[in-house]
Amino acid sequence: MDAILLQVLNGIDKGSAYALIALGLTLIFGTLGVVNFAHGALFMLGAFVAVTVGKILDISKITIDPERLDFLGNPAKIRTPYVTEWFGDFGYWLIEWSVLVSVVVAIPVMVLIGIIMERGLIKHFYNRPHADQILVTFGLAIVLQNIIKAVYGANPIPQSAPDLLQGSVDFGVLVGMTKDTVIYPLWRLVYFIFSMVLIGGVFAFLRFTTFGMVVRAGMADRETVGLLGINIDRRFTIMFGVAAAVAGLAGVMYTPISPPNYPMGMDFLVLSFVVVVVGGMGSLPGAVLAGFLLGIIESFASMPLIKDAIAAIGLPAIDQIIIYLIAVIVLLVRPRGLMGKTGIMEE
Amino acid sequence: MTLMRDRTLLIIFTLFVLAAPLIFAPTGAAYPDLLQRFAIYGIFAIGFNILFGLTGYLSFGHAAFLGVGSYAAVWMFKLLSMNILPALLLSVLIAGLFSLVVGYISLRRSGIYFSILTLALAQMSYVLAYSVLTPLTNGETGLQLRLDDPRILDAAGPEGFLPSTNLFGLEMREVFWSPTVFGYDLQFNWGYYVSAVMLILSFWISIRIFRSPFGLMLRAIKTNQTRLKYTGVSTRPYTLAAFVISGMFAGLAGGLLASMDPLAGAERMQWTVGGEVVLMVVLGGMGTLIGPVLGAVFIKYFENIFSKINDSVLQGWFAFMPGWLDNFFVTIVSPFVGKGWGLTLGALFMIVVIFLPGGLVDGAKRIGRKITGADRRAAKVESK
Repeated sequence: MDAILLQVLNGIDKGSAYALIALGLTLIFGTLGVVNFAHGALFMLGAFVAVTVGKILDISKITIDPERLDFLGNPAKIRTPYVTEWFGDFGYWLIEWSVLVSVVVAIPVMVLIGIIMERGLIKHFYNRPHADQILVTFGLAIVLQNIIKAVYGANPIPQSAPDLLQGSVDFGVLVGMTKDTVIYPLWRLVYFIFSMVLIGGVFAFLRFTTFGMVVRAGMADRETVGLLGINIDRRFTIMFGVAAAVAGLAGVMYTPISPPNYPMGMDFLVLSFVVVVVGGMGSLPGAVLAGFLLGIIESFASMPLIKDAIAAIGLPAIDQIIIYLIAVIVLLVRPRGLMGKTGIMEE
Repeated sequence: MTLMRDRTLLIIFTLFVLAAPLIFAPTGAAYPDLLQRFAIYGIFAIGFNILFGLTGYLSFGHAAFLGVGSYAAVWMFKLLSMNILPALLLSVLIAGLFSLVVGYISLRRSGIYFSILTLALAQMSYVLAYSVLTPLTNGETGLQLRLDDPRILDAAGPEGFLPSTNLFGLEMREVFWSPTVFGYDLQFNWGYYVSAVMLILSFWISIRIFRSPFGLMLRAIKTNQTRLKYTGVSTRPYTLAAFVISGMFAGLAGGLLASMDPLAGAERMQWTVGGEVVLMVVLGGMGTLIGPVLGAVFIKYFENIFSKINDSVLQGWFAFMPGWLDNFFVTIVSPFVGKGWGLTLGALFMIVVIFLPGGLVDGAKRIGRKITGADRRAAKVESK
């Protein structure tokens, strides 16, 4: 029981990231009909917003203290970040919680990047074949990746979670099991909760606001909404910004889990496509469901017990490729995906 | 007419390829290693063009066939003989079989779904090569030759030396003629000429396919598959055949890569490598005969040149300018060269996709029309 719970938990943090990226991909595909190969790059950009914010907060004044010596015997240099000098304790708090600051900064930045991307580039590709859309966004992904590489270098840059949220939590006790059976890193739990809130937010936005209602109407029948005198293009542009922000926030919050480096987006991109396909192209709940499902299945497949069982029936180890296998099977058996609508993209 | 033109094209192409060590000498690219890569990636791109250029099916998974071809070749070197002929045959065969399986699965869908399926399948093979198939692929280390490999057909060579790949005694890495022409030291190398012959052969096959009824059918699929289906044609066998052909070309390229340097690693199977061949074909001009080779040479050439340029080289270039301007230009240009080659490639690729969907070949044609004034004449005819 505890082993199962542990695997579920292990699956959900990756699953959360898959779900968030896939949600953005689906939003873009559902509204604009574009397959965005640069979506992984948006995830990466989000992570580097966090890196940048961390660096800015850490800009320090260097004073030389003649009283103290460093290990070489020279007068020690003391770094005091400017924010602490200006704001005192609040400055320390800002540095400590730089991930949260990054979240606040990332929202407008990512929305802006998304809108610029859509207005500046993708807008011109609506009437071109799907292959062209894939190619141009693929090119954009390469460009964004290399810009980040040029600015931040090729090495992963570790970011830390706030002290309060570091360490692990005994999850077993929380759900009434024996002590020390299910130990789980606290930040991953935070990530999961954050992603649930974000996903809930996007769904609520689409369901309960007039803006969301119009967007949903546009997804169903763009032409009619346009005929009613609603500027649907502008709303779709904003939705592109929202999708970019979702991917970016997923990236910001992922930085304490794995240190960001420039190819991270590409790795997530391939898997997110798989998630979208399994969930059903154009289905938002499908994307979220498939994201968590695949994350959990991936984690279960790497469980020793299951590995042994698979080896026992004579199959090779499939834990690394299970996600791809599922995608292939789903595409062949049920091409519209778990929750896709009939007739959409079944060819 | 077309026949004559194709024949001329083939002859010019052949002469050009055979004289490449001489032609590329002034550009500093005429060393065997790079020339081999030109030819091999040219083959890869020609094959990919038969699928993507003719049918419009965009596969992101062709790196898998390249990798499989490499592994097959190295195994042949390990087990049978260092002669590259059986190795290449096996590479093509295995890659063909593998692409038959992958194609059979992924061609059940078209459009975006096809792209994603090939992507997933290629990534799956990549992960497999790293994990489960380690006995076959030697995992992260990569498959290499060893002294105690059986090589049952080969006579035992000198003790303690790894034998080198050859074609009936012609060693791939041997430079057989190194004359000095116009002050350039040329290197004529067997490895390059083997690749060159394969490239010419591939180019010829590609011409034949383009002009055949089969090629016409593939183009019809690209133009309007639905209509083709309504007329009662089953398109699947055609697309599958195109897929397998392109997979076999990729396998040949992989086998040649292993023949030039007998090791094979899983990184050759990563989907970004498959993305690179897409870049080559699109950059050169998809659906054209010569475009893919142009694209491959272009990318491999500039990759090589650009990655050698560093800040001190740039300083030299802009040295004639006043100091501040000099530094300004160096700062602007330096992210695009050296290690920043990827940025240039990505930007260039985007520009081509946005403004020049026909690639370099289309660009050359447009310039040609501008110069001869064919545009204006056509416009005049229309206005009359």
